[in-house]
Amino acid sequence: MPSATGSQTIGPFWHLIEHPEWADLTRFGAAGERITLTGSIVDGDGNPVTDAAVELWQADPPADEHFPAFGRSRTDERGEFRFTTVKPGPVPGHGNAQQAPHCAVALHARGLLKALVTRAYFAGEPLNETDPLLSSIEDPKRRATLIAQPQGADHWRIDIRLQRGPHAETETVFLDI
Amino acid sequence: MVETARDPVPFRPYDPGTQPPFDAPAYGSTHKRHPQESLVRLPHTITEITGPRFAAAQFPPIPDLSVVNGKPALGERIIVHGRITDEDGRAIPQTIVEIWQANASGRYQHPGDQHDAPLDPNFRGEGRVYTDDDGWYRFTSIKPGAYPWRNHDNAWRPNHIHLSFFGSGFAARLITQMYFPGDPLLELDPVFLSIPDEEARNRLICKFDIAVTAPEWALGYRFDVVLRGREATPMEG
Repeated sequence: MPSATGSQTIGPFWHLIEHPEWADLTRFGAAGERITLTGSIVDGDGNPVTDAAVELWQADPPADEHFPAFGRSRTDERGEFRFTTVKPGPVPGHGNAQQAPHCAVALHARGLLKALVTRAYFAGEPLNETDPLLSSIEDPKRRATLIAQPQGADHWRIDIRLQRGPHAETETVFLDI
Repeated sequence: MVETARDPVPFRPYDPGTQPPFDAPAYGSTHKRHPQESLVRLPHTITEITGPRFAAAQFPPIPDLSVVNGKPALGERIIVHGRITDEDGRAIPQTIVEIWQANASGRYQHPGDQHDAPLDPNFRGEGRVYTDDDGWYRFTSIKPGAYPWRNHDNAWRPNHIHLSFFGSGFAARLITQMYFPGDPLLELDPVFLSIPDEEARNRLICKFDIAVTAPEWALGYRFDVVLRGREATPMEG
């Protein structure tokens, strides 16, 4: 049997398939605690990545006809993305472990021949202390790249750095999945 | 970490050489965008093994890119079809395929594309179809033109169509490009050449298909796609 087909970059012109409403995961009438998740993406020089497709997926609340659990946002000229979604709850991990509430985040862009995958957790969640992924990352600065911070009511922010670059900035934790 | 029978069945690792690296020196845009730290391996959980489903009622199909408001686009009309399976040969039914491409002149309907080639008001360049119950998909379009890019001196992208697939879980997500047989630009293209394994690379080239070629209408091409398969179900030990 053949192996999985090879990935190629989404390129700079993927906006032909962009539908801005996809960034609002609540548009089909989802119930639950509505939040805004924003952030920026910068490259190794700290310059904004202005042509990325950011994709969000969450296993909780489960997808149904009112909640796609999936969204896509472009980054704008400042490298900023923005989602409206429902705040996820905990989901099972391996064995008896619980995972803290999180969203999966995939980045597609010119210069990325395949997706970069990370997660957005939420600051202040008690389960963050025992989450299997978070607790496996020893460097607190790196661990912090996975945790969105509150920006006022129902607004969370997570900034993403693709590369530590020449000044040894803290690179976002990307996942091998 | 204790594995239990109720743990989700993970996707298999990718076969070596079949996927491109993040750092591809010949492709300039990777220089400042590839991670320098090691990726953190994440055993698949419910987050990675589940994924979005798209219903045609909410995401309606766009099966013909070759017409806008009843007016035909310029260029060589083509029909692209193929079968989407997993690595075990099982069909992926009722899954969405997103499609986008340049027009016959090699120009995207996109403000960022400043290539000095004509836009075609009858070609927008977006499509969307779903596989049938046996994993087959099909769309109509026009053959995209080659276009210059500034990656290196006199750099031209080979003719290609961008395709996006979701499969059965978030970890099976695939975005790729379909190329055309006999294109002399392929051996010069750092994006195509980024896939190390030659056989895997060549599977990104579609095949001319006379059986799907529609007389007096359009040339047919076949492009099969394989999405990640699952590990064998763990044995109770």
